[in-house]
Amino acid sequence: MNRKVIWVLFLLLFMFHQDFWWWDDTSLILGFLPIGLAYHAAFSLSCALLGWLAIKYAWPHKLQQFAEENTSGEG
Amino acid sequence: MITLNVILCYLCLLLGLGFISSRLFRGTSKDYFVASHSIGPFLLLMSVFGTTMTAFALVGSTGKSFERGIGTYGLMASISGLVHAGIFFLIGIRLWAFGKKFGYITQIQFFRSRFESDRIGYLLFPILVLLVVPYLLIGIIGAGKTIEPVTAGAFTEIFTNPSAPQWLGGIPPWLTGLVVSLVVLTYVFMGGSRGAAYANTFQTIVFMLMGVVAFIYIINGLGGLEQAGKVPARITDNGMVVQDFAFDQKTAQLIKNEPPKPIGKVLHSENSNLTDRQPHFSRTPITVEFKKKNPKTGAISSFERELGIPFITFVSYFFIPLSVGMFPHLFQHWLTAKSASAFRLTVIAHPICIMVVWVPCVLVGAWASGVLPPGIPPPAVLSAMLKLLVGDPVLTGLLTAGVLAAIMSSLDSQFLCLGTMFTNDIVVHRAGSGKYSDKQIILIARIFIVVIVALTYVLAMMAKDANVFDLAVWCFSGFSALFPVVFAALYWKRATKEGAVASILAALTSWLYFFHLSGYGGEMVVGPGIIPAAVCFGFAVVAMVIVSLITKPPSKETLQKFFPSG
Repeated sequence: MNRKVIWVLFLLLFMFHQDFWWWDDTSLILGFLPIGLAYHAAFSLSCALLGWLAIKYAWPHKLQQFAEENTSGEG
Repeated sequence: MITLNVILCYLCLLLGLGFISSRLFRGTSKDYFVASHSIGPFLLLMSVFGTTMTAFALVGSTGKSFERGIGTYGLMASISGLVHAGIFFLIGIRLWAFGKKFGYITQIQFFRSRFESDRIGYLLFPILVLLVVPYLLIGIIGAGKTIEPVTAGAFTEIFTNPSAPQWLGGIPPWLTGLVVSLVVLTYVFMGGSRGAAYANTFQTIVFMLMGVVAFIYIINGLGGLEQAGKVPARITDNGMVVQDFAFDQKTAQLIKNEPPKPIGKVLHSENSNLTDRQPHFSRTPITVEFKKKNPKTGAISSFERELGIPFITFVSYFFIPLSVGMFPHLFQHWLTAKSASAFRLTVIAHPICIMVVWVPCVLVGAWASGVLPPGIPPPAVLSAMLKLLVGDPVLTGLLTAGVLAAIMSSLDSQFLCLGTMFTNDIVVHRAGSGKYSDKQIILIARIFIVVIVALTYVLAMMAKDANVFDLAVWCFSGFSALFPVVFAALYWKRATKEGAVASILAALTSWLYFFHLSGYGGEMVVGPGIIPAAVCFGFAVVAMVIVSLITKPPSKETLQKFFPSG
């Protein structure tokens, strides 16, 4: 997995945010949770998962190294 | 009076924390402005989350869901989880790296260096200040509006001129605004960004906990989760909107309305089959005419409200959370990070924190449609639900403390960032480095912060009747329109200073045009439902690309400096 895959996942997740499936559905999960809200709560968890994947496979190591070399302090 | 005592206890705790964290202040300007780049993962997550979530996260989300239904979560919260985390990863870490490497303390220092232009700082500075100031006003006005109703009756002989007759004796907004401003000023003045980070962490934990506690009490009041799912308003076969339940405060139980109580009627919907639907549980736009009673005269009047969210509005709202990429106060928080690794927890946990706060509030707003009168002001829905279903003064005090925590955890960062910008981008920049000692720079920043707090308080009292949440969306729109500047600066080598100036001017003029059309802060959409932020963003991108391509590229030195890996 590399940065391109992370970008594709990001765009896929963005597309899945514009959900058509439960736009008009008012049914409840477990008798209280509207299906549209459950979908978007799952979406939030997917964002956290994508964040974890991005950190694992697309972490900017070079940038981190660059920042932690001697600082110039030009301000 | 019990409620007020709980709130005062909370404010004293916060001040105590401010005194303790000020003992950790190392006495240098770098420590005052960016905590000497020493903030670890948990403090960074809490301070960033607390700063991005205002009072809207608790009271605004509940009110919006009461008006629009559960689509509020997708519209504002879940997309923010994706976009905010993406920005922390793509923008935050990169800006932190340049800030740490080259000693930047403010956004403007970065832009001046990246675009090889001193003047871009003088163009951007007033724009950023003008966008942050209304954001500050929102906090102070919001605090005043929160405290007065919950303390009504506490001092009937002292405060005899309330904002509404039923709030006689409540703490007036001018006094709440003054106390909140002074509390925030105290810990920011003493501890700088480190004090703000500790205070933010405490306050973020408080408002997250209070939101969950309120949710649990409301569920119990409604008779359990499954019962709560049946409560929202329903549409009958003849197009009437009815409430099937009412809450009897004597028996503290939900009772069934026989027959159901009509509260409105459907005027328009694209969906032909609406029978037995609970419109707050879907996102299909339905226009409903409701009745409301004037509390002063008792006269009944009708008003229209669109439940649900038009699809184009839902899609274009993506542009609002882009604003975090240009928040100057968030930039300052990013720079406090100890290392790039400190961002990891924020990137992963920020969407989860949003979910923990927003899902309960959105559900409560939808449930409220079945037991509260439709004419109630949306920002009052959460406190009205607690008052109706729980009525416990201690819990009301705790929830109010939670709302204040959400407000103050944004206010402190904004006060500090304005003081930092005035000091570093104007005073020290014009005088040249070396003219002022480190101690003098801290003194200048503290003087600016006191002046900013005083000015903000006066402005808030002048604008105390403004609709704070509509104004917030306009602030976010302005910052979103500036997002192309920071993105191009970090990722497009060909971005030039002329392109950046053109982009800033395009964003500013289009934003001012729509702000004027909205009547200076009202809710508005363009065409079929596109929000103005999307259009302003488009103009800013076009200006950046076209002008950059027809002007001279940045120097080789600048490119080597900001694109070190070739």
